[in-house]
Amino acid sequence: MTGKLDLDPVLVARARELARRAGQPVVDLARSHTTVSVERAVLRLAGVTGADPDGIPWVNRLVDAVAADVGLGHGVAVPVFDALVREGSTDVTLLAQKAAAGSVRFTQPTGRAATAARSAARKAVGAGIRRIDRRRAERDRLIKRHGDPKQRPWIYLIVATGDIYEDIPQAQAAARAGADVIAVIRSTGQSLLDYVPEGATREGFAGTYATQENFRLMRAALDESSREVGRYVRLTNYASGLCMPEMAALAGLERLDMMLNDSMYGILFRDINPVRTFVDQRFSRQVHARAGIIINTGEDNYLTTADAVDEAHTVTVSQLLNEFFAHEAGLADWQLGLGHAFEINPEVPESFRLELAHALLARELFPDAPLKWMPPTKHMTGDVFRGNLLDGFFNLAGALTGQGILLVGMMTEAVVTPWLSDRDIALQNVRYVLGAAGGLHEDFVPAPGGFIRRRANQVLGEALDLLERIGEQTLLTAIAEGTFGIMKRPADRGKGLDGVAAHEADYCNPATDILEAVA
Amino acid sequence: MSERSERTGQHSSDALTPPSGGVSKQIVRPYGDTTGDGMVQVSFTLPVSHDKRAEGAAVQLANKMGIDPAMVVHAKPMGDGFTFFVVYGRVNHLVDLGAVQVVERDFALLSAKDVNTVIKQRLRRKLSVVGACIGTDAHTVGIDAILNVKGIAGEKGLEYYRELKVTNMGAQVSVPELVETARAERADAVLVSQVVTQRDAHLHNTREMSAAFREAMPAGRRPLLIVGGPRFDETMTDELGVDRIFGRGTTPGEVASYLVHALITQRKAMA
Repeated sequence: MTGKLDLDPVLVARARELARRAGQPVVDLARSHTTVSVERAVLRLAGVTGADPDGIPWVNRLVDAVAADVGLGHGVAVPVFDALVREGSTDVTLLAQKAAAGSVRFTQPTGRAATAARSAARKAVGAGIRRIDRRRAERDRLIKRHGDPKQRPWIYLIVATGDIYEDIPQAQAAARAGADVIAVIRSTGQSLLDYVPEGATREGFAGTYATQENFRLMRAALDESSREVGRYVRLTNYASGLCMPEMAALAGLERLDMMLNDSMYGILFRDINPVRTFVDQRFSRQVHARAGIIINTGEDNYLTTADAVDEAHTVTVSQLLNEFFAHEAGLADWQLGLGHAFEINPEVPESFRLELAHALLARELFPDAPLKWMPPTKHMTGDVFRGNLLDGFFNLAGALTGQGILLVGMMTEAVVTPWLSDRDIALQNVRYVLGAAGGLHEDFVPAPGGFIRRRANQVLGEALDLLERIGEQTLLTAIAEGTFGIMKRPADRGKGLDGVAAHEADYCNPATDILEAVA
Repeated sequence: MSERSERTGQHSSDALTPPSGGVSKQIVRPYGDTTGDGMVQVSFTLPVSHDKRAEGAAVQLANKMGIDPAMVVHAKPMGDGFTFFVVYGRVNHLVDLGAVQVVERDFALLSAKDVNTVIKQRLRRKLSVVGACIGTDAHTVGIDAILNVKGIAGEKGLEYYRELKVTNMGAQVSVPELVETARAERADAVLVSQVVTQRDAHLHNTREMSAAFREAMPAGRRPLLIVGGPRFDETMTDELGVDRIFGRGTTPGEVASYLVHALITQRKAMA
C-alpha cells in the first residue's frame, strides 16, 4: 500500500476476506458443474475446427451429439475419445462430421476403455494447451524485441466497423497515431449467440464478429504494426457472453493479449443465467492465466445504469469479487485489468474531486493490477465541444491516479461510431495530457483529512457494509435481488441455463486437469 | 434542442413578406457575432494528403456547401492520405421559419402526481406499460432511462409512478416475445427503444414490431405503440406504423404525460 489515502489495512484485509467468503460458494458451484461452452472449448483445444455448411461449428454439433447420447455430466472428452479409439482414428473433426450425420453412437466407457479414452483425450487437449504455451512464449519474445509502451497508462483504442478488412487499416493507423492496445468491438448481439461464427467476416452490427480467423488476421496485422512503430501493440477482444470459454481458448491459440472478462457482466447486462456465467467464467480465467492474457473487468457498466456517486461502492465490491475469482482461477495481479469509470454527472459539485477519490481508491486497493480506466459515456451529449473537455479531465484523472490502461474517450460518444477525425482528436487530447502531466501522480497526494481522503474512505466503508450484507445472504441471492447495477437476476432464470449440467461422479475435463496441475 | 433565431430585418433580401395566407415569412440566417453575418463553422475530413491542393479542395467543398467566403482555419494531416479541416465562413442560405415543419408537443406536461391522479380517477386501474429493446440492439440505456426508477436528468423513470405497472423486458427481446408479454401483461402501451442504427436496423425493427402487433391484435385491442431513440425522425409515425416517436432528449415525464393524453384524456374526449 502506497498510503495516499490513509486506508485502514485492517478494513482492507476484512474487505478481501468478505469477498472470499461471498465468492467461495460460487467457486464451489463452478467446480461441480459444466456447460456446453466449456465442453466445446475442450474440443477446440483437442483440435476440432471448422463448421458445417450452415455455419454451425463442428464443436457444437459434436457436443450436441454426445449430450443426446450420454448427457453432458460426464464431460464430452471421454465419450468422444472413446468413439475415436473405437474408430481407430485420430481426426476429431472427422468424428464430429460423422456424429452430425448420425453415424456415430457415444457411450460412457468404463474400465480399460475409459482409461484409454482418458489418455487419448489428455494427449489431444495437451497438444492444444502446448500451442497456447508457444503463443505465450512468442508474445514474450516479441515484447522483448519491440518493447512495451514507454508510458503508463497504455493507450487503449477501439475499432468497430463490422468488416475485419476495414478494421485492419484503421487499427494500424491507430497504432501509428499512438495506440498501444487495439480492441475490436464485437457485433451487437454476439454475446447471445451460443456458437462462435467461423471465418473472416465483413458484416456486423456496431462491431465485428469475433472469430478465430478474424483474431488471426488482426494479430498478424498488428505484428506488422509492432515492427513498424517499435513497440508491441496489444490486441483485445471479448471473452464474455454464452461462448466465454471458447473465446478464451481461441484468444490463447491466436495470441490475443487482453480479453474483456467480467465475473458478473453477462448476468446483469445480458440476462445470461448466473450459474452458466460463473462456470464459464472460471474455465475462461484458467485459460487466460495459462495464456498470459490480461483480463479487463467491466465495473464501468454499473455506473452507466446506476448513479456513479451513490453506487461507487458497488464498483469496489465488484473489483474485490473479480480479484478473488481471478486469483482462484490462477491469474496473477499483473493480469487483472480491473475496471472503473469516469461517469459522475459533471453537474454534481466537486465531481472531479469525487472521481479522483474513486480512482485513487482503486489504485490503492490494487497496487499491482493494471487498472483499466474507462471514459465518460453516460453524460456525453451531442455537445462535442463539452465532450472533448470532459475527456480531457478524464485523461487528467487517469494521469493523476496512475491508471494502467486508459480507454480513449471519444467526444462523439453519444453521436456516431467514431470517425477517423474523432479518433485523431481524441488521441491528441490524450497525448497532450500525458505529455503535459504524465508524471503528476508522483506529486499528487491528497491532503490528510481532506475531501478526497474522506470520500475514498467513505466508499470503502460502504463497500464493506455491502459485502457484510452479501455475506449474510450469498452472492447469488444478492444478484437475484438487484444489488449490482439495479438489475434483478435470479439463479434459475436467464439465457443459457439449459446448457448447464452438474458433474457426474466420473466427470472428466482434461483441460481443467492440466490447467489446475500447475496452478 | 433550441433554435436560436435572429430577425434579419435590415437586409432587404430578408425583409420580403409573403403575399399569401397572411403567415409572415420569418427569415433567419446563422449568427456569428453580428446580426445577419451568416457565419458558420464546419469540420470535415478529406481523403487526401495535406498540401496546398488539399486546402483548395476544402475551400471548394465549403463553397459548394454555400459557404462563401470560406476560411480554412485549421488543416491537419491524419495518418496516410487524410486531412482534417476546420472551416469558418459566411453561408449564403436562408431559412424561413414559417416553412419549418416539426412535431410540436400536442399534449400537456403533467407532474408525476398529476399523472397518478388522472389514471386513478379516470382509468380506475393501473396503466400497464411494457418496454423492451428489440432486435439485436443491446443498448438498454434508452429504455432504462425512461423506465428505471433512476430515470434521467433528475426525473424519475416510469417505475416510480405509483399508478403505472411497468414491465421492462431489457435487451435483445424478439418481436414475438414482446407481443406475448404485451398480451400477458394486458399492456396499454408498448415502449420500444432503438439505439443501433447501422443499416437502418432501427427502422426495420420498428416496422417488424408494428406489423406483428397489427397481425396479432385487432385495432381496438392493440396497445399504444411508442418507439424512441436518438436517430428517429419524429414525423415518421405513419411510415413505421406506430402511434408516437420520441427522439433525443425525451424525459420520462414527457412519456408519462403522453400516455395519459393518448390513453385517457384524448380517448375520453373522442368517445
